[in-house]
Amino acid sequence: MPSQNEIFDKVRTVLTEALGVDEEEVTPEATLVGDLGAESIDFLDIVFRLEKAFDIKISRTDLFPEEVLTSAEYVQNGKVNAAGIVELKKRVPFVNLDKFATNPNVKDFGMVLSVQDMVRFVEMKNPK
Amino acid sequence: MRWIWIDRFLEFESGKRAKAIKNVSLAEEHLHDHFPGFPVMPNSLITEGIAQTGGLLVGEFHAFEKKVVLAKLPKAVFHFPVVPGDTLTYETTIDYIKDDGAMVTATARVGDRLQAELEVVFAHLADDERSKSLFEPKNFVFTMKLLGVFDVGRGADGGRLTEPPGLLKLEQDLKAVR
Repeated sequence: MPSQNEIFDKVRTVLTEALGVDEEEVTPEATLVGDLGAESIDFLDIVFRLEKAFDIKISRTDLFPEEVLTSAEYVQNGKVNAAGIVELKKRVPFVNLDKFATNPNVKDFGMVLSVQDMVRFVEMKNPK
Repeated sequence: MRWIWIDRFLEFESGKRAKAIKNVSLAEEHLHDHFPGFPVMPNSLITEGIAQTGGLLVGEFHAFEKKVVLAKLPKAVFHFPVVPGDTLTYETTIDYIKDDGAMVTATARVGDRLQAELEVVFAHLADDERSKSLFEPKNFVFTMKLLGVFDVGRGADGGRLTEPPGLLKLEQDLKAVR
């Protein structure tokens, strides 16, 4: 399995190619949507490139836990409740949810995913 | 009128690659104004031709059961202007194809000269009422035949490419209605 640095380098290449951003912009802390300007269709492209670069399989719902974010059990008044945060941590353990949990508006979830989260995500997929 | 920006397929290998040509002629009205006194084939229409070459390749892979739309151009580089009298050759290769979309890499050449390099991402639309009205399957039968895909096409097994059964049935149904 490649080291975290090797994974980061490949993830950075994927993001520069898919989003047309400079390498320097792709820092571990940068968020895909907020900082790097990713739009929904870009995730299709990013997933293609990650699968190819790491020889892994990614399903559409791997990155976006829609079933939690649209559940009446976990979401009230547009906010994810405490049980929902616990569920999200189980469902997307690679995402750092600390900041999101302070004001968990469902509509902000798409902004949370960072480059470091993507590296952890790939790591959990046991790339070759 | 049909929005067709390729003239003929030269090669078509199911699930892999396709090659098509587009002859650029001063008889095409859009060249009269683009630009006055200096006709240049717009790179946007070259992109459209490439997207059609690659889009039919992607659609055929799924037997035209998915609604294929151009989603994104991660890369589009053009090296020189194309003028009337030029023949563009579009080559598209499927880089990646899965259930929700596909990525195609493509080039355009004029003779031996590399004119354009593109990456094209296609998405598959959900099969709802709106996409049904956007995509009439009979258009695919007509377009594929018109462009000679079945004359040159090779299926995944290397044998001659045949019309997908779904399209064939649809064509027969249409004839019956007429």
